[in-house]
Amino acid sequence: MLELVNVSKVQAGQVHIHPTSLALDRGSLNVLLGPTLAGKTTLLRLMAGLERPTSGSVRFDGKDVTGVPVQQRNVAMVYQQFINYPSMTVYENIASPLRVSGENADVIDREVKKVAEMMRLTPLLDRLPLSLSGGQQQRTALARAIVKKASLVLLDEPLANLDYKLREEMREELPKIFAASGSIFVYATTEPSEALLLGGNTATLHQGRVSQFGKTVSVYRNPRDLITARTFSDPPINTHTAVKDGKNFVLLEKDGGGKGKPVKISLPVPAHLATIADGPVTLGMQPHHLSLEEPYAKAPSLRVRTQVSEIAGSESFIHVLFGEKRWVILEHGVRNLDPDLDIDIYLDTRHLMAFGNDGMALAGNAG
Amino acid sequence: MARINLDHIRHAYGIRPSQPNDYALREVHHEWADGGAYALLGPSGCGKTTLLNIISGIVRPSEGRILFDGQDVTHLPTEQRNIAQVFQFPVVYDTMTVYDNLAFPLRNRKVPEDLVATRVKTILEMLELTDRADKKARGLTADQKQKISLGRGLVRSDVNAILFDEPLTVIDPHLKWVLRSQLKQLHRHSKFTMVYVTHDQTEALTFADKVVVMYDGQIVQIGTPAELFEKPRHTFVGYFIGSPGMNVFPVEIEGRKARVGNAAIDIGFAPKISKGQKTELGIRPEFMDISRKGMPITIRKVEDIGRQKIVRGELAGQSVSIVVKEGSEIPADPHVSFRDEGINIYADSWRVGQEA
Repeated sequence: MLELVNVSKVQAGQVHIHPTSLALDRGSLNVLLGPTLAGKTTLLRLMAGLERPTSGSVRFDGKDVTGVPVQQRNVAMVYQQFINYPSMTVYENIASPLRVSGENADVIDREVKKVAEMMRLTPLLDRLPLSLSGGQQQRTALARAIVKKASLVLLDEPLANLDYKLREEMREELPKIFAASGSIFVYATTEPSEALLLGGNTATLHQGRVSQFGKTVSVYRNPRDLITARTFSDPPINTHTAVKDGKNFVLLEKDGGGKGKPVKISLPVPAHLATIADGPVTLGMQPHHLSLEEPYAKAPSLRVRTQVSEIAGSESFIHVLFGEKRWVILEHGVRNLDPDLDIDIYLDTRHLMAFGNDGMALAGNAG
Repeated sequence: MARINLDHIRHAYGIRPSQPNDYALREVHHEWADGGAYALLGPSGCGKTTLLNIISGIVRPSEGRILFDGQDVTHLPTEQRNIAQVFQFPVVYDTMTVYDNLAFPLRNRKVPEDLVATRVKTILEMLELTDRADKKARGLTADQKQKISLGRGLVRSDVNAILFDEPLTVIDPHLKWVLRSQLKQLHRHSKFTMVYVTHDQTEALTFADKVVVMYDGQIVQIGTPAELFEKPRHTFVGYFIGSPGMNVFPVEIEGRKARVGNAAIDIGFAPKISKGQKTELGIRPEFMDISRKGMPITIRKVEDIGRQKIVRGELAGQSVSIVVKEGSEIPADPHVSFRDEGINIYADSWRVGQEA
């Protein structure tokens, strides 16, 4: 088990990582999710021993390894850039960590072939890395990290430089490969959808703080606060301020240009939010909980104005304005709506989230 | 703005090409409408960059002609084609202000300063850079610099076409949303002829009226996003567009029936198949239903990806992906059925139409 105990990193007066505690189990896959500059790479480097924490300690299987340099730890790293030895064949690239640790030739041959099979590199073992596609090069780098049987494997946006079809295939394969190896995997990414496809656990990172850590799907469905909900939503989660007044949430829809009167809209409070106190709240709605068709009988509807529609192959993201607030609706299939139409959309309130003034989630968010 | 004619264009980088495989670009023969937004989409090595370079004049095609509004420009160099280009990495003068960077292409052409001011102001507003107009470009982030590159491509109103070569690659995912939408709105307002090269389906489908899907040196389909999703002309289009891509099963066609494993599916028409052709049935993961009826399926894994679930399994001895709604239950003895509107039939990888 890898433990960070109140680990922080301050450099030149700037806080890169606020005191953070995390415990990662053997054989687990852990995603660090956050935008660029949230502190993902710094946290990986602290875990690896490439950086010494300003305060706190790093423990491995109960043993304090704070300040033990990376060379003396059993760590493997994979980066966004494909890093291989250009003059060595794929076989020799994968074999290199085993040669360094002085394994005998039979063991090396067996292990290299086993990992190559797992990474679908067998037909390419005699090739040089630069003659391979980006995906094959990155699989070679991954194979080298896995063959090492490191107790900790750190991956810093390993798929960012691949095209989306390859990313899709790798995301499907990686959890299987991780599960087969038994190491602790830590995987940094900026993309919420990648975290969800990988599964495992996720730590959401925002401005050097871990806002939540838990099972990936449960962090996504039950964010502890608005920051976590925002970090875990691409496109951004839809929000609106409202006032809870008994059985209703009252939303004030402001007119875009300040002309005309604000309109009051009431939404029935769903059962899972019935117990929260009356008063101001921020409501959160995932894009797929807004829809163009009624998701169930008598689902509440709202009038919005269409902006652009973005099409992602088998899904469409329809940007709309609710008053002056920009929202996004996710629909299946290709839905290319013209801009500047006034349309009614439906809200699946069974998944409505509510956050208090301090940004903390209220009652049982059902996600 | 101009109509673009690609007249029997072929290109080979080697000398004396003799067979189709020698060509980086096999025969391309199309007319692209004045004011259209086209995206060239395909994996690396498909020929999309070659085609863009032929349009811009960086590459002279081995065969065929290129015409802007009927005028043959095949032998004109880039600077005489009157086009604007935006590249993958920002091209910005660090020592100039944001304003002067945007004004540069206009001043270069001796546009009167009052007209420069109007155009630059419009572009600054569109890109939300008005408050940085007087700042030197040096201090800007990569994102902001790329926005300026986009702006410089858009600032002239007299160009034949604007060409974009993977312009959003260096942009942070959170900002990509904004720029993708802005580019689309921009095309609506400006009516420039635009050609946009990318390997990203969302960028291509969002930006373009017509998406040109390329594979292995040829154009496999030119279509609207809906056409590419619903009626992929080639199995590659079905695979490349959509996540996960289309499932493709080898089938035997018997009249109006397609045989998948032990099941016979009524496809509603009798496709014309020539002898010896490889026949396949394509169906997207969104058009399959899991229930207790239909063909038995072995489920390997259910991926809960939040907004939906992806069921991975085996059907008729083949891997299959099925998309089901968030919160839906998978029955203990799962079977799968195909929705009619999602079925496409392919002969040697090309879609067989439902001709009367």
